[in-house]
Amino acid sequence: METMNIRFAGLGGTGVIKASDVFADVVFRLGYEVKKAEVHGMSQRGGSISSDVRYGSTVNSPMIPDGACDILIVMEETQIPVVKDGLKAQGKILVPKDIDASKLPSAKSLNVAMLGKLSTLLDIPEALWQKALQANFAEKLHAANAQAFQLGRDSQ
Amino acid sequence: MHISDDGKGRLLLSGNEAIALAARHAGVHLGTGYPGTPSTEILEAFTSLGGKAQWAPNEKVAAEVALGAAFANARVLVTMKHVGLNVAADVLFTMAYSGVQGGYVLIVADDPGMASSQNEQDSRRYAEAAAVPMFEPCDSQDAYDMLRTAFELSERWQIPVIYRVTTRVCHSKSPVKPRVPMDQVPADTGAPTPSFVRNIQHRVMVPGHAKPAHKRLRNKLVELTQWNEQEGPTHIENRSGELGIITAGISYHHARDAAPEASILKLGMSYPLPLQKIRDFAKSVKRCVVIEENDPWLANALKAEGIAVEAKDDSIYRFGELSVDRVARILAKDSSPEPVPVRGKPPELCVGCPHRSSFEVLKELDCIVAGDIGCYTLAALPPLQAMDMMIDMGAAIGMGLGLRHVLPHAEAKRVVSVIGDSTFLHSGITGLVEMAYNAPQTGHVVIILDNGTTAMTGQQEHPGTGKQLLGEFTNRVNYEDLARAAGIPNTTTINPVRDRARFKEAVADALRKDELTLIVAKSPCILAVGRIVAAERERAIWEAGHNGIEKCDCQAGGK
Repeated sequence: METMNIRFAGLGGTGVIKASDVFADVVFRLGYEVKKAEVHGMSQRGGSISSDVRYGSTVNSPMIPDGACDILIVMEETQIPVVKDGLKAQGKILVPKDIDASKLPSAKSLNVAMLGKLSTLLDIPEALWQKALQANFAEKLHAANAQAFQLGRDSQ
Repeated sequence: MHISDDGKGRLLLSGNEAIALAARHAGVHLGTGYPGTPSTEILEAFTSLGGKAQWAPNEKVAAEVALGAAFANARVLVTMKHVGLNVAADVLFTMAYSGVQGGYVLIVADDPGMASSQNEQDSRRYAEAAAVPMFEPCDSQDAYDMLRTAFELSERWQIPVIYRVTTRVCHSKSPVKPRVPMDQVPADTGAPTPSFVRNIQHRVMVPGHAKPAHKRLRNKLVELTQWNEQEGPTHIENRSGELGIITAGISYHHARDAAPEASILKLGMSYPLPLQKIRDFAKSVKRCVVIEENDPWLANALKAEGIAVEAKDDSIYRFGELSVDRVARILAKDSSPEPVPVRGKPPELCVGCPHRSSFEVLKELDCIVAGDIGCYTLAALPPLQAMDMMIDMGAAIGMGLGLRHVLPHAEAKRVVSVIGDSTFLHSGITGLVEMAYNAPQTGHVVIILDNGTTAMTGQQEHPGTGKQLLGEFTNRVNYEDLARAAGIPNTTTINPVRDRARFKEAVADALRKDELTLIVAKSPCILAVGRIVAAERERAIWEAGHNGIEKCDCQAGGK
């Protein structure tokens, strides 16, 4: 299988790294080769941040080459112009306004709703997403996450 | 945190987690270090896997504690970022001479591109300068596998080993198949049993002992070169005879993507080099290019040996980290200007961060601020722009004193040194002693920003929090007592947020006087405030029990 390149982007503190962790977990459970790259530290103090997940039958560099993103998930409106050039010609971009924020169980759960939206673009059993979400979050958040994930799945 | 498991014995680990797991599976007796991006998570992961690890006040102390343990035949792991090795360099150069008994692996994490650092120095030069072997893993599996080899080699030749990683190796996740499941320690770790055997000639480095020690060291390197030629972890992929690439570390993966047809020689142990192997490889291809980040260290070493290799164009590619696209450009000899990425939003002090208040006050008082390393360095950026210099850990105090010594009186009176709590304990104490010893005529003012944690690297404990790596209570440094013991007459502790007016008056008053003053601006990190306040309550109970005043059941302290 061709390497798939998925990039999560936003500002430090918007759940970018968490969302990419969950997604990497999902595709790893599918048995793919997976690599994930991001930068920690200073960039997490409210600045621009992104996290790359690459998966397929073989993956070399953990960083997505320029203009090679198949799907770009942007958690923060202002960051769209910063990252949109990374997208392939036929690539897809998911942005916050794809989700009806008024229906989110909490503002913090936007990243999970975006994963729900992402799940509609990929042929991966829903149960795997649910498993990965449960494994990556504390139990008290499971109900809210299930609701946010479904909201993302149902959004147009 | 959750570790992904594919159900078939593979784990999805960061390079840092892979090193920690390898250390656990190698039976490492003690891990020590100082937090620094991108190395910090190694010791945290090692303790969460059941290993014994601790934060030292700085990298030099960590390397020395580890050396004592290695003299006692223990396996030790020391972790630091690249600039930390500058602090520990004094130990490194002479322990190369003394050698060690138990395995000694020093992890140094470079930051090409400076994602979270003040420079992009290339630590590979330290291996050569100190004459110690160096490994360079390229991903998490490599980081897991080679650590065991590094320990075995360290014990066989009784020599400390540098394990050089970079940001993209440390923080990228990739699959790892461990020798045994994550929660187990194999029966055959290979780790020796700690014991002490006296060996004065090898461990007391007076000139009479150090002269033969230097010769021993050089002889070890000759043997290590032979080992690297014959058994070393060099990986060769023979593909095209047209193009060959010599590389190590993360650059290997970029090169594999950028030139799928190329033959590749990937070094695992990059000092001392397996020169014959490299020479043979270079001869087997028409064109041979060295792909390496930052300094042309490898290319220069090979050229000096008369091996025909091409280097990258260092007027462009010496700066910043490499990527698939940049490696493709290097291979195409493309030195045209690179595309400029859209500028993202820079980081800033958190909303509610106590440092905001402290630096607003210094700005209002028109201070000249000698600053230091931590989150608070962000105060140098707009909108505050309230820090005038930042160079290295602890430099705030020395630089502030230098300014005071030479500036005209009116300007000298505006100078303050501002340093974080963890940074002060790391390298500020000697500066404080200097201040008492060589006091400027105008006096001086040092402000310790005590937010109760090592915030920048992700809230690690330090000797001023009175808690160890896992949060167990221990002795706590009292900054005011320390300053008074050094001879500084004026000390005070004020909350710069809650008592902002009083803090401002204290700084203004100290600036007016021609005396030495330490002000501790104490207010918890906004990201850790709940944890810090709760721990303070538990500490009061712990201290009461600890002092035998009142026995309680909670002496294990606050986790």
